Amino acid sequence: MKKSVFIGTLALASALAGVAAADTVADVKARGQLICGTNPGLTGFAAPDANGNYQGFDVAICKAVAAAVLGDSNKVKYVPLTGETRFTALASGEVDVLVRNSTWTFSRDTDLKFDFVAVNYYDGQGFMVKKDLGVTSAKELDGATICIQTGTTTELNLADWFKANNIAYTPVNIADDAEGQRQLVAGACDAYTTDASGLAAARATMADPQNYIILPEIISKEPLGPVVRHGDNNWGDVVRWTYYALVAAEEYGITSANVDEIASTTQNPEIKRLLGMDADLGSFMGLDKEWAKRAIKQVGNYGEIFAANIGESTPIGLARGLNAQWTQGGLQYAPPFR
Amino acid sequence: MANPTGDSIAFARDTMIPPREPPARESGYVKWMRENLFSNALNITLTVISILIIFGLLRAVVPWFLNGVWNAGSLSECRTIIAERAGPDASGACWAMVRERWNQFLFGFFPMDQYWRPTLAFGLLFAAIGPVLFAGQKEKLNPLFLVVTLFLAVTLWLASAPALAFALTAVLLLVLFALANTAPGRLIWFTAIYPAITFFLLWGGSIWAPVVAMLGFVIIAVTYRLTFERLGVVVATALGAVLAVLWWLFLDHGVAQAIDSVIPIGLPAVASDQFGGFLLAMTIGVTAIAFSLPMGILLALGRRSDMFLIKVLSVGFIEFIRGVPLITLLFTASLLLQYFLPPNTNFDLILRVIILVTFFSAAYIAEVIRGGLAALPRGQYEAADALGLDYWRAQRLVIMPQALKIAIPGIVSSFIGLFKDTTLVAFVGLLDPLKGVTQIVRADINWKGIYWEPYIFVGAIFFVICFGMSRYSMYLERRLKRDHR
Repeated sequence: MKKSVFIGTLALASALAGVAAADTVADVKARGQLICGTNPGLTGFAAPDANGNYQGFDVAICKAVAAAVLGDSNKVKYVPLTGETRFTALASGEVDVLVRNSTWTFSRDTDLKFDFVAVNYYDGQGFMVKKDLGVTSAKELDGATICIQTGTTTELNLADWFKANNIAYTPVNIADDAEGQRQLVAGACDAYTTDASGLAAARATMADPQNYIILPEIISKEPLGPVVRHGDNNWGDVVRWTYYALVAAEEYGITSANVDEIASTTQNPEIKRLLGMDADLGSFMGLDKEWAKRAIKQVGNYGEIFAANIGESTPIGLARGLNAQWTQGGLQYAPPFR
Repeated sequence: MANPTGDSIAFARDTMIPPREPPARESGYVKWMRENLFSNALNITLTVISILIIFGLLRAVVPWFLNGVWNAGSLSECRTIIAERAGPDASGACWAMVRERWNQFLFGFFPMDQYWRPTLAFGLLFAAIGPVLFAGQKEKLNPLFLVVTLFLAVTLWLASAPALAFALTAVLLLVLFALANTAPGRLIWFTAIYPAITFFLLWGGSIWAPVVAMLGFVIIAVTYRLTFERLGVVVATALGAVLAVLWWLFLDHGVAQAIDSVIPIGLPAVASDQFGGFLLAMTIGVTAIAFSLPMGILLALGRRSDMFLIKVLSVGFIEFIRGVPLITLLFTASLLLQYFLPPNTNFDLILRVIILVTFFSAAYIAEVIRGGLAALPRGQYEAADALGLDYWRAQRLVIMPQALKIAIPGIVSSFIGLFKDTTLVAFVGLLDPLKGVTQIVRADINWKGIYWEPYIFVGAIFFVICFGMSRYSMYLERRLKRDHR
């Protein structure tokens, strides 16, 4: 009996030690591949193209981290995860980092023992209605039927918001975005609610987008960002600062095209530190000098990523809004590289 | 006496009047319609209503199909083309999506230059199940192999398979033809090694891994041969199995690597997460079907066994699996097993799913077969005993052939259900054809908003496969009909 308790304690201790000593940077380097949990299909954010290569706004973060750690943005294995399996896959170590449009909430951060290292997209829940409904504000939706995906935070937000405004609605449960779009077109519901970025993409692909409007109210905060496990703070730092390197690059006007040129000509000490010209910031995280330079060069800065995947020149056509640089009135703000 | 007019005697005729055509309302489609569709007021009403409904449906659907567009780069392009052709309010199908993405519906993310591998595995599948489906019937096997040969010749050419693969396939098919015409019984050996061939074709890597793994089965067979006279069937099999497991656990990997370092032969490895679409559905479905039948037979026998422990274990397994929804088992495979395994073990998700789907199917098959066993008259068991057959021989020669025959419709409908249930793997993040691939196609901004087309495409393929299985089961029932009912 004593012996088995002893062995059990030993096993537990070694398991804990295993967690404490988790060194994801070393694991990723040894594997030669970053394993990134991703959405199997969310327009603009993550989706495989006809050749099976993942593309998108979230996918770019995975690529940037791979470029920083491994030197090659293609050394990523994408694990498509559903809303149900994503957090277990991260907790069990099946993926190194989860970049799957996951909302940063208190309980996910604390109870599930994850760290949201940054917010790569500030989203919020909105409503789309047919124009001929004659509604211009969500507060006029009293008594409306609303298409809502079950089992999501959007469902809870909707209930909260209508209760707070003391108006009534009838929910129409739908399974996924395609069905919501379909039901709205067919007139099965007066309004369709989901994240504003999703609404914009849905509207862009309607047969008659001019007949639909997205109402101005945003009823929830949905800060979406990359997630890592508790217990390996260095890895969290790598993902966080790789992301901030992309944000800072936009702020300083460094793009994938001019990064080499700027690195050789700049006199700005902050840029020099960022690109590894003077100081060796990467060594604090177990990376080399040019980690940030590679990420920017191979993936582009935050603004480039935004414009290429979801920006106003794409069919999705999202405005920068809250996701503009802090200097432009947005919330994207990279701490100093020092 | 008789004359051609047949009226030799005034009051009686002695020749037949030539038969006349039945009246129009009593023959042909008129009769059929009158009897089946317009026999009374209620039927007339129902017929008219049904015709109206069918007409309404066709009026909505047929133009949609006829306006279908095959050449376009995106959904909005489809819409423009349809509006140009059929007017601004017309609706139409956008099959261009299928044209651009059909490969992902069939193969998932399997590397494009390797498409010939799953194609070859698919063609050989029919060559492998042929000997089981049409045991020893030359006249059925020859046309089957011919069809397989033609299919492979065309598809391998389309998939631009390497010349070596062509040559090996040709040799293999020639051997199969020769065997079918000389010793059709031997063909079952091809069926036995088919899983190894498929594993090698689909996952690639070194050829020695499946070869060395198959040696485990050779170990079982040899041990059985050497010891079954002294130890009996069960102990001999168990001993063989133990030795084989030891082989797989401790020697298999090392031996395979050692041979591979000397003679490296192999195909580029393809990771499981690149499987998707119908390739995934077929891999899971066929494997689970192949393994759940023998497992189900053993469970059914176990449930009827007199041995307490075996009976309890079988009943427990069957009732537990049947009492739990398949989705729960899939979540167990995907989420729970990870927590039980040591950290950083990478036990393939597809393999985990296949194992649990096999268990699920086996529990149902076991109950279907138990129904077949229960339907056998007691006299059959007693007759087998009276012949002096031991348990396994009695099962093999007398009981099972009859019980399985009774259970065929149930077994096949379990299999059809299982094959369709493979789409549920979408819930654990695998790329099934119905939800998984459709979702990624819809996530492309070019095809976002498309709704019916992927469902119709996938549904049609599922229908062909399931309908084929169902027709085969009907054929089998007719062929095995030996009773005197």
